[in-house]
Amino acid sequence: MTGTFVGMPTFPSAARTALADTQLRHNLAHATGVIRGKRAAVVGEVENWEDLRLAGAAVKDRALRSLDSRLVELEESLTARGAVVHWARDADEANRIVVEVARAHAVDEVVKVKSMVTQEIGLNEALEAEGIAAWETDLAELIVQLGGDLPSHILVPAIHRNRAEIREIFRRRMGEVGRPAPDDLTDEPAVLAGAAREHLREKFLRAKLAVSGANFAVADSGTLVVVESEGNGRMCLTLPDVLVSIVGIEKVVPTWAELDPLIRLLPRSSTGERMNPYTSTWTGITPGDGPQEVHVVLLDNGRTRALADETGRQALRCIRCSACLNVCPVYERTGGHAYGSVYPGPIGAILNPLLKGTGDPQTDSLPYASSLCGACFEACPVRIDIPEVLVHLRAKVVDGHRDDRVPKPEALAFRGAAWAFADPGRLGRAERLSSVAGRVLRRRGKASLGRLPGPGGAWTDARDLPVPPAESFRDWWKRTDGGERE
Amino acid sequence: MTSARDEVLGRVRAALRDVEGADEPVVAPPGAAAPAGTSLVEHFAERVADYRATVVQCPPDGLAAAVAAALPDGARVVVPVGLPDVVLAGIASPVVDDALSAADLDAIDAVVTCARVGIAETGTIVLDHAPDQGRRVISLVPDRHVCIVYADQVVADVPDAFPLLDPVRPLTWISGPSATSDIELDRVEGVHGPRHLHVIVVDESS
Ligand code: SF4
Repeated sequence: MTGTFVGMPTFPSAARTALADTQLRHNLAHATGVIRGKRAAVVGEVENWEDLRLAGAAVKDRALRSLDSRLVELEESLTARGAVVHWARDADEANRIVVEVARAHAVDEVVKVKSMVTQEIGLNEALEAEGIAAWETDLAELIVQLGGDLPSHILVPAIHRNRAEIREIFRRRMGEVGRPAPDDLTDEPAVLAGAAREHLREKFLRAKLAVSGANFAVADSGTLVVVESEGNGRMCLTLPDVLVSIVGIEKVVPTWAELDPLIRLLPRSSTGERMNPYTSTWTGITPGDGPQEVHVVLLDNGRTRALADETGRQALRCIRCSACLNVCPVYERTGGHAYGSVYPGPIGAILNPLLKGTGDPQTDSLPYASSLCGACFEACPVRIDIPEVLVHLRAKVVDGHRDDRVPKPEALAFRGAAWAFADPGRLGRAERLSSVAGRVLRRRGKASLGRLPGPGGAWTDARDLPVPPAESFRDWWKRTDGGERE
Repeated sequence: MTSARDEVLGRVRAALRDVEGADEPVVAPPGAAAPAGTSLVEHFAERVADYRATVVQCPPDGLAAAVAAALPDGARVVVPVGLPDVVLAGIASPVVDDALSAADLDAIDAVVTCARVGIAETGTIVLDHAPDQGRRVISLVPDRHVCIVYADQVVADVPDAFPLLDPVRPLTWISGPSATSDIELDRVEGVHGPRHLHVIVVDESS
């Protein structure tokens, strides 16, 4: 598994560094705020949004419940339409397949559609090691790649860069790898996008081999689906002679008709649009139109490990919309890099441990990167109960460290919480205590509690505790008879 | 040595030991209808225009004129082999696509195609690349796409489009011109696809 950014510190220390970066915090707060607003507006337009979420979750569940036969069906449909199907147990195996296809055609470069899965398996690095250049063609990915940087958000990977930084990156680096940026490049977004268009068109026109992921793979028809905005996806899927698509086995949708609710959910949740500018679907080979050699790599790389986890398997429903990132108070402050993985934010906090297993300190710190506020579940178009999975994984992490001689701070924090939760009287007292502290701090005009003493200190190492409300939930419930007499 | 295929499928089966399959396809809730007092075609035109595409409506006998008006003077225009004569009548010297190379297409200014379905609620046009629409590449490389949608091709929402589309054909769903919001979330029209989308809705009643 090469999905972790190599040498990343655990979440708490990475988060502290990110918190000190005011430019990053400013860019993030602006970006997540804008997307949240757009999403809320277009989701509000859909009268039966909740029913649609239920349908989306049910479709993905149905696919996962019989995943073995769906995968076999997908393979048959694809093969019948002229595609070559490969299976890959892990990242290395998938990378090797792509390298072999590239070698068979003697190419020394490939163009790529933005795809999480190729980042997860470290494909660019694997190709580079074989002397094959992999060109990212999504604007944000281009910015990240030219900047020698790491993506920080699923949907807008360069969310941590502002326009002035992007202009500098283009001026400095474009000429080294192809058509240079024009001399009069300004930091207007339209001008920067124009420079990317010119730079990449040259690469599209000569490309022989493209690599993509897929948002969905329809089992009964063998159709792959790529959802995008810029048209770079269409370029990659249409112009080259050979196309290799790497598809996580959880991307399966049982039937063509069941794609409908997912297509309705994704763009509204993701970019906050009624529909994204371009969606491409293709089924194997179409004679005379598009690539005439089509490969599909079905990838496990930890997905079956996640599938075996009764509570955690719902994470495989994820359609990578990034809505949970944009509503997460922890993500908004720390950004994507602190999670040390291509899958950041709330979904990353559960997906990474589920795919990789617990035991590594970096991965083990992720389930604690949350305040369990529940906003991620509310926003999730396929109703993944992220808080439930987080709590489940925390227990797993604690279990994994039970024999350690010196308990991990996370384990202590969790035990502190477990101690309080175990006895209703104790919890009531603890809550009242923290609400008294809250009243005092509020009077002094302090917005957050900073570091807590004792076992709670480990918890607040990673996050500033919000000031507790003046009245605890229990006191409120008692006073108002559960809200009846509010 | 077991193959990767057998091993992955084996792991899937082991992971699902406690799980029962689900046989009945999921029935999704219905889509939206056009707002009261608005026709489906009007709703479609408004929603397409929301993406900053140009939308014009014309009666069937005004089609050639509408196509001519959508093309800049002297533009080099590519057309699919099956473009109807009534549309061709509006194009001065069309280049018919006979397996043009990407480089050939890069030197062309505009493309005129028909479409398969229009989706009103989301302002989406779906091409299924039948002969009146042509290969995928011709509606991708030129910078201006003039797309003709007939009123009777417009459906209310996404679920109404699915049964009309054959997944075996390549499909391109287009909602406005190419766009990106990657730089500080400022929406910019046009990165790699056509930067100008010009939709002509052919409607008896217009
Ligand atoms: S977990 Fe849900 S909200 Fe988060 S990216 Fe996945 S689908 Fe979207």
